[in-house]
Amino acid sequence: MNRYSIGIDIGSSSAKTVVMDEKKRIVRRLLQPTGWSSADTAAQIRTQLEAEGIDLSQARVVATGYGRISVPYADKCVTEITCHARGACYIHGLQDLKVIDIGGQDTKIILVRDGMVSDFLMNDKCSAGTGRFLEIMANTLAVRPQELCGLAAEGGGTSISSMCTVFAESEVTSLIGRGEKRENIAYAVVDSIVQKVAGQYTRVSGEDAQPCLTGGLCGVEYLRGSISQAIGREIIAAPDGRYAGAIGAALNAASVR
Amino acid sequence: MTKLQTREIPLPDDFVSYPEARKNAFLKLKKLKEEGRNVIGIFCAYTPYEIIDAAGAVPVSLCAVGEENIPFAETDLPKNLCPLIKASYGIAIKDRCPFFYFSDMIMGETTCDGKKKMYELMDRKLKHTHVFNLPNSQNAAFAEEMWRQEVVNAARDIEDFFGVEITEDKLKKAIKLRNRERKAMMDFFETGKLKPSPISGYEMVSVSSSNDYAFDLEKKIAFLEKRTGELKDLYETQLKGKPSRPRIIVTGCPSHGVIDKLIRRIEDLGADIVCFDSCNGAKEKRDTVDENMDPYTAIAQKYLRINCSVMSPNEGRYKVLGELIDDYQADGVIELVLVACHTFAIEAASIKEFVTKEKNIPYLEITTDYSASDQGQIDTRLGAFIEMLE
Repeated sequence: MNRYSIGIDIGSSSAKTVVMDEKKRIVRRLLQPTGWSSADTAAQIRTQLEAEGIDLSQARVVATGYGRISVPYADKCVTEITCHARGACYIHGLQDLKVIDIGGQDTKIILVRDGMVSDFLMNDKCSAGTGRFLEIMANTLAVRPQELCGLAAEGGGTSISSMCTVFAESEVTSLIGRGEKRENIAYAVVDSIVQKVAGQYTRVSGEDAQPCLTGGLCGVEYLRGSISQAIGREIIAAPDGRYAGAIGAALNAASVR
Repeated sequence: MTKLQTREIPLPDDFVSYPEARKNAFLKLKKLKEEGRNVIGIFCAYTPYEIIDAAGAVPVSLCAVGEENIPFAETDLPKNLCPLIKASYGIAIKDRCPFFYFSDMIMGETTCDGKKKMYELMDRKLKHTHVFNLPNSQNAAFAEEMWRQEVVNAARDIEDFFGVEITEDKLKKAIKLRNRERKAMMDFFETGKLKPSPISGYEMVSVSSSNDYAFDLEKKIAFLEKRTGELKDLYETQLKGKPSRPRIIVTGCPSHGVIDKLIRRIEDLGADIVCFDSCNGAKEKRDTVDENMDPYTAIAQKYLRINCSVMSPNEGRYKVLGELIDDYQADGVIELVLVACHTFAIEAASIKEFVTKEKNIPYLEITTDYSASDQGQIDTRLGAFIEMLE
């Protein structure tokens, strides 16, 4: 009877679930929007897992993310910082990393040494440089966030000066109004995120650690490439990067007795 | 919240919470005023208690807390300012502070920019505020002489204001009594050196910030000695030999305004605060006033040694913090920087380097104000930091 280890990362935008078997291999991944109730999302996840024949009473569950306290069936809650660190190490097979996690409403830089969190810097007080910034600007340009990045790759020559998401949105509206090309506006939006994240990156020590990108945007090559250019190091990314938190939580669950 | 070895650090049966202690203190102060005692309101560790004691007056701390007091201050003070300064001014200007109400005069120092400009307003609008000119540097050639002269000036002002005499004899007596109080506080704080610690950070900061013990030092000393005995017994009978939770030193700005959102949270989330390296904490109380020299010189020297970030350079802080990390066997350091506190905010980078590279333990900076709105962000940082120490 397989004793599963389950990691549930309830973020502000989306909830990620990873199920590992006893050999710590990922056997199942779930992804769904968090919506406005983390507790409801946690209940939905439970229902779905049980429908797939995963007996939660036999499994060990660790919850992480902003909604971690809303998972009543979790054995433990662990912060997303610790989980992203572990998850990133698992994904890339490395023990020394500098994790860049661009989340829905926060961005984290986590320095990992020997597989353990050594230092971290969070931006969770301001939506600039987070997924939310991208979402809001994409909305203003009437495209989806992924499409905005595609447009940005073809643009250039424009920048947004506002630090604040709300004022930046006004700036984008003005740029649209005076006929600026969408590609150039998109370029400016992504550049704004890149500068913010790169700035945060340099404020954390560990110049020698390998940077890696996790979080929902880690699959966007244009973004990965732009941030790499800004920090002067090639950033590695993997498709499982958005599950880094849930993977770390599942690994943590494996040690729960 | 990790379900780690949660340990309820027991508070004494007669423990008085910070808000209750405040209430008790009001009533005691009211009685003293009715008996005709003079009261001087103070804000800062740099204010020498001994000259107030020697004048037969009672020093009360006006260093206020409370998010609710801040809007009152913001009619006169800018929003982008330290919450401690705003709360202190706000509670006074709105006449919501019985300690301020009962104070006959106020004493402050030119510590940080915010404080020194706030004192101007306080003096102009509220009550006579004597402001000491604190040197910017402890090392400068003129510093000790200047500070000694400022202490003398303050003593003369108190004498004029109340029509009393501060004699050398009274000063020497005050110094002796205050040193005894310092020793009692130190013995109390030093129970935190035991591993595992029998005392909680919550209890330490509640006691050190409380005005409840301000009015009768002999009673305070007796209380502290009794409590220290109880804590040592608790260690011997129940804690000795047991594993310890991660041990934290809290440094930086005064923390009594964030007792619930930060201090208690650290302990709820699974770590023990064993020492406070801040102006009310161990590092001040362990430094006594020399009883064998001219009292004004002795007083000036001790108080000038306080390593607040307003001093530049502030080398003493590193030496003391290093010693505390060793003596208290700390596993990590958490620095509280209040919003808009430039000096601690800038010094934090150097403290981080010192703690992580020379003392080789983790460091976390928390910048916050008195509002409840960032509790989630604070919990995530504290949680992650404590997970690093486990």
